[in-house]
Amino acid sequence: MWQAAMIMGGAGLLLGAGLAYVAVKVAVPPDERVTAVRNELPGANCGACGFPGCDGLASAIVKGEAAPTACTAGGPDVAGKIGKALGIEVAAVEPKVATVLCQGTADHVIRTYRYDGIADCRAAALMPGGGPKACGVACIGLGTCVAACTFGALSMDEERGLPVVDKSKCTACGLCVTACPKGVMAVVPQSQKVLVACRNTDRGPIVRKLCSVGCLACNLCVRTCQSAAVKMENNVAVIDPAACTACGLCAAKCAPKSIVLM
Amino acid sequence: MMSFVAILVGGILVQNFIFSRFLGLCPFFGVSKSLDTVYGMGAAVVFVMTLCSALTWPLQRFLLEPMGLGYLQTVSFILVIAALVQLVEMVIQRVSPTLHAALGIYLPLLTTNCAVLGVALLNINQNYGFVESVVNGMAGGLGWTLATALYAGLRERVDGPHVPKAMQGLPLAFITAGLMALAFMGFQGLFKSLF
Repeated sequence: MWQAAMIMGGAGLLLGAGLAYVAVKVAVPPDERVTAVRNELPGANCGACGFPGCDGLASAIVKGEAAPTACTAGGPDVAGKIGKALGIEVAAVEPKVATVLCQGTADHVIRTYRYDGIADCRAAALMPGGGPKACGVACIGLGTCVAACTFGALSMDEERGLPVVDKSKCTACGLCVTACPKGVMAVVPQSQKVLVACRNTDRGPIVRKLCSVGCLACNLCVRTCQSAAVKMENNVAVIDPAACTACGLCAAKCAPKSIVLM
Repeated sequence: MMSFVAILVGGILVQNFIFSRFLGLCPFFGVSKSLDTVYGMGAAVVFVMTLCSALTWPLQRFLLEPMGLGYLQTVSFILVIAALVQLVEMVIQRVSPTLHAALGIYLPLLTTNCAVLGVALLNINQNYGFVESVVNGMAGGLGWTLATALYAGLRERVDGPHVPKAMQGLPLAFITAGLMALAFMGFQGLFKSLF
């Protein structure tokens, strides 16, 4: 018995020592710039940049495959530090935040059936009608977005059944946008103060039956806007952030109150 | 001499490690997306399989068997193979960083690859001598490379937008490999007719 232990232990030690020696001899010195960039990155490995972890992004930035502003989680702060580390100019990026483009709480949107399955919006979205709400693009409220957020910026308001964004923690990485099967979440510039919290493309009379806060495409907002910032696309109002002056007139005129002020 | 030829032909064609023994499938599917990476991986596989056969055979015959520690075969073989693969990976990383990046995770996967352990165990099971074991290891590696190269060539042609979405990638890869295995069955009668 001890013979076996001795042999295995001895062989392990010998091979380990040999490998350590070779490792030192054939060591590849890491690129200093990659290490410098990596040190500036947050290290959350959230993957929002599209690269495999912060290590992957660091190598990509040094290789030139990614811009220094690629880390949305780090924001302009990190981008500036990376620019300094590499000695390159970094263009300012407008800060963004995630928003919930739906107001379909239980008292507003009709529930077609009670869903009693896997507590994940992606599972519920596979059900008939695209989920237990009458509106096909309504928020299902099971919290897939909350689970996807690696920064703890999202929480589910259980009473209303809608997610809530903590603006101080949100880094606009976009993970919640990809996670939501309905496209409820969107990353918008922080400067945008007026948003249309509805994406239903059905005609007005149909939407009126499904949800009391859905956009009816009545065009009142389009006519009210003094800056021609609101347009009707596919039976839903869309605000152009570049033209919008945040006067709030459209929100006041909107009968179902689909337009919200941030 | 004839026995070496028989082992080579057997290892490469008749008892191909991929298509007859179904060993070493993981890097087979993983590295075969393009023909360039196949040759690099194939070289690594041939090297590892040959050297492993050369190292594990004396280990078994001169250390484990005389001391009655036959039960340590699997564990000690894995230890030797792991060390060897780690060595190969470090050298490749130094010599050719591009190849190292291309092979990626499939090089450390050779450590627990059943093809490498398989050839080591088969050498013992079939009571080969030392030189025969080494030749068998090399034949296994060459057969692996041949199979993967043929397969990669096919895969480059077969992959495309005309493939139904559900079949894209691995499902079609498995079917292609299965059909190739069927084709390789044609070599079964080779020994009887040649030797």
